[in-house]
Amino acid sequence: MKKELLKFLVFLVIVMVAPLAFKGGYLLNVLVFVGINTMLAVALNLLLGYAGQISLGHAGFFGLGAYLSGIMTTTYGWNPWLVMPLAALAVGLVAFMIGFPVLKLKGHYLAMATLGLGIIIYIVFNETVDLTGGPSGLSGIPNLSIAGTTFDTDLKNYYLIWSLTSVIVFLAVNLARSRVGRALRAIHDSEVAAQVLGVNARIIKIQIFALSAAISSLAGSLYAHTMTFISPASFGFNFSVELLTMVVIGGLGSIYGAFFGAVLLTLLPEFLREAQDYDIVIYGALLMAMVMFMPGGLVRGVPALFSRLFKLAGKEGGHA
Amino acid sequence: MKFRVIPFVSLAVSLLLCATVFAAAPIKIGALFAVTGPAAFLGEPERNTAQMVVDEINRTGGIKGRKLELIVYDTGGDATKAVQLATKLIKNDKVSAIIGPSTTGESMAVIPVAEKDHVPLISCAAGIKITEPVKKWVFKTAQNDSLAVARIYEQLQRQKISKIAILTVSDGFGASGREQLKSQAARHGITIVLDDTYGPKDTDMTAQLTKIRGSQAQAIICWGTNPGPAVIAKNARQLGLKTPLYMSHGVSSKKFIELAGEAAEGIRLPSGKVLVADMLPASDLQKKSLLAYVKDYQRHYKAEGDHFGGHAWDAVMLLKGAIERGGDSPAAIRDQLERTRQFHGIGGTFNFSAQDHAGLGKDAFVLVEVKNRDWMIVK
Amino acid sequence: MGARLSAETVETAAIPAKATTRDCPYIYEVTVQFDQILQYTLSGLSTGAIYALIGIGFSIIYNSTGIINFAQGEFVMLGGMLTLFLMGPLKLPLWAAIPCAVLISTLVGIVFERFAIRPLRQPTPINLVIITIGGSILMRGLAMLLWGKDTQSVPSFSGDEPIAIGGATILPQHLWILGITLVIIVINKLFFYHTISGKAMRACAYNRRAAGLVGIDVRRMVMFSFMISSAMGAVAGIIVAPLTMTAYDVGVMLGLKGFCAAIIGGMSSGAATVVGGLILGVLESLGAGLISSGYKDAIAFIILLLILFIRPQGLFGKADSERV
Repeated sequence: MKKELLKFLVFLVIVMVAPLAFKGGYLLNVLVFVGINTMLAVALNLLLGYAGQISLGHAGFFGLGAYLSGIMTTTYGWNPWLVMPLAALAVGLVAFMIGFPVLKLKGHYLAMATLGLGIIIYIVFNETVDLTGGPSGLSGIPNLSIAGTTFDTDLKNYYLIWSLTSVIVFLAVNLARSRVGRALRAIHDSEVAAQVLGVNARIIKIQIFALSAAISSLAGSLYAHTMTFISPASFGFNFSVELLTMVVIGGLGSIYGAFFGAVLLTLLPEFLREAQDYDIVIYGALLMAMVMFMPGGLVRGVPALFSRLFKLAGKEGGHA
Repeated sequence: MKFRVIPFVSLAVSLLLCATVFAAAPIKIGALFAVTGPAAFLGEPERNTAQMVVDEINRTGGIKGRKLELIVYDTGGDATKAVQLATKLIKNDKVSAIIGPSTTGESMAVIPVAEKDHVPLISCAAGIKITEPVKKWVFKTAQNDSLAVARIYEQLQRQKISKIAILTVSDGFGASGREQLKSQAARHGITIVLDDTYGPKDTDMTAQLTKIRGSQAQAIICWGTNPGPAVIAKNARQLGLKTPLYMSHGVSSKKFIELAGEAAEGIRLPSGKVLVADMLPASDLQKKSLLAYVKDYQRHYKAEGDHFGGHAWDAVMLLKGAIERGGDSPAAIRDQLERTRQFHGIGGTFNFSAQDHAGLGKDAFVLVEVKNRDWMIVK
Repeated sequence: MGARLSAETVETAAIPAKATTRDCPYIYEVTVQFDQILQYTLSGLSTGAIYALIGIGFSIIYNSTGIINFAQGEFVMLGGMLTLFLMGPLKLPLWAAIPCAVLISTLVGIVFERFAIRPLRQPTPINLVIITIGGSILMRGLAMLLWGKDTQSVPSFSGDEPIAIGGATILPQHLWILGITLVIIVINKLFFYHTISGKAMRACAYNRRAAGLVGIDVRRMVMFSFMISSAMGAVAGIIVAPLTMTAYDVGVMLGLKGFCAAIIGGMSSGAATVVGGLILGVLESLGAGLISSGYKDAIAFIILLLILFIRPQGLFGKADSERV
């Protein structure tokens, strides 16, 4: 317990102090997105890493949150702080209901079903032009504001997003260590065995699916209010793959792994920008390399790498 | 005596160095182009052209002795990236103005950034919403799609065609075109009997064309960018459709003829004059710049300079004029841009004003027809 | 469908034949409806044949390895792009370029299996999904680097003159597509049921361990399955390229729809998937024509979801049982 608390405090400190190193430059803007992506990656990790259910359509829930917030605040003038939790609730409910037929499937079939769902949601965003603005996107979404302070600069948005993300991380870590978390891991190992032991696998899977969707929707709402402009292109299959990559590269079944994955994959395009056309190739190669050589993700692979290096150094030292 | 020489000399040398540094301080211009991704056919020629023009300006002494530095970022056609990179250009690179983005969707996303940070933006995208209503810091060089639609509609009116079918692509360009087609129809006495769409990656539009064949449409207007319209042209030929087919300026490049092959014959579309530069009458005011541009692009990149690259040409040249007249602070550039009159560019003759930040009139488009695998002006 | 027909509309609409029934508007309208449906169906059949070929590719790999190869669509892309490349800069004639393109695609398939799939230390579904997605991204990136982002047109095998069938028209290329698909299905059936290697592959699909016990080199069978799938994908890409043009990213959607076809057919490597593909193609085309073209892609995925929810073993498969 103490160790977990320590890990979280370290995380919190890093997050809160980071902006001072990036005095309002462009990188701060990127870090805001890292915050949103971390929230998404953590949500997906709960489903994928702990419960072991593949979802290739999470960008769809992200998009639903973004569009619900965007449309209700621009077209209907509702209060953004009211829409956000309502949207998350609505998306969670929808996911709960869809979860019944979808989570009966396993492995590749589940992946394809979620893929199909994600693409259908994307097509709906694109086609319902009167509601969503269609492919041209929805602009003029208001920034969030509390008691007179409007969150319209990178610095303010950074702290807003990361405060909420830290809360989610804290809740996720707690969930992972609770009975529910243990049940999830049992289901991941062997669903039938878990059921035999009295775990209601079916309902728990669906509940986690719904929770994961709700958190993604929240991230979507925050995204909409930060960007003030959203378009369907950000919520397609490509982004679902990116999220999956973040979780896998960071490390399945580790909340902080999701954080590392999000950081790496959001910052990577910035560094690859110099490589122009080569960035797609590098991205694909990186993906494959990670799965082949570090299947446990960074969070396990990097320490393992270090310990192996130390062992090697130790051996040589011994021989000398 | 000796003691005083050294500090004096070092002071003089450092002052001189400062002078050279100041004199050489380049004017920084940012550019956001969709060099990769689905809009690469726009972004690549735009980037090439912008680079070419900047190099040419620097070769002939720069602007008032200062070099022009172009910082180009590839947005991949993604509006989100465009916003991020716009922020980067303004905050990190401290540019005085931004050229681009290449598409309407990206431009709409970047406009709030330009407005908030008071940096002039010259978009290379066609959507009329970019400058209508007028935004203080936003200009555009690409012809409004409203003008393209008007051109086609006028031609149809002349031919006494009153019922048409429209087939638009479901992306930002197509959506904007569709809006214009619908809003201008009544004014020209035209009724749209069928309004259908297709996806940017769709490979077979026989279903939509079959529907159109069964309708009363006397002409078909297709609004999209390659390869969709080429597929539509081929499908139309396959179905034996004799209905006249009009395209948008989104396919005003040789690529369309190459993709559609035989099926392109007889298709008409509105285009910037650059496609038919050599066929223009000598009295045309743009002819000189057009021919120079085509020749330069051919020399630099061994490819045909086209309609899209021209948007970037106009943007850079407009900036050059503005900086020459008023200096390189963002506010001064903005003011000078707004005062630009009678600038004969690639896209047309620009006349900006406080109420008009798009600057072009109907003469920006000519109607061309594909004949013998080449373009021909329709009188 | 409005039945108000005036002389000028009839001229410009240029619907072939049936001149006599124009005098009776009601019969004309019904004939027009039938013609349109016929057209949708014919277009759908040819698109469906392509989905079928891609779907069979998915099934073959899935059956012998349990892997869903997300990179399958990229072999389709490679077929078309390679043919173009061989014909263009290397100036090979069409009949030589096609087998070379198929050969090179097969080689890529072998390399992919050998270096990406086989060495995988933890072949869990999630890892396999990611590595095949990574492979597809890599192939797409390389194709973009080598051949650019432009769409290219490929010449048709035997010309572009439309052929009229009833009130609908198709192109000679459509006939090529249907014909070649038929040939491939026959070859498939012969291979899997009448040759040792084919039967060995089917044995691996039923039970890998047992197959290994009777002396079948399972790893070689896996290699074979990738070879056959990549070859089939390449062929599919080549025969459809003249109609749809080709570019570095045509593989994504085609791959996904091919997978839908395989699911409808219950992951069979034969006739069932073909029927699945044809059904998908026709439903998509009818949906686009009669309901809405904007949601055309959604139709394929809605069908996918329905099948997965209601009858996951496909329309023709038997329900699966799984060891726990």
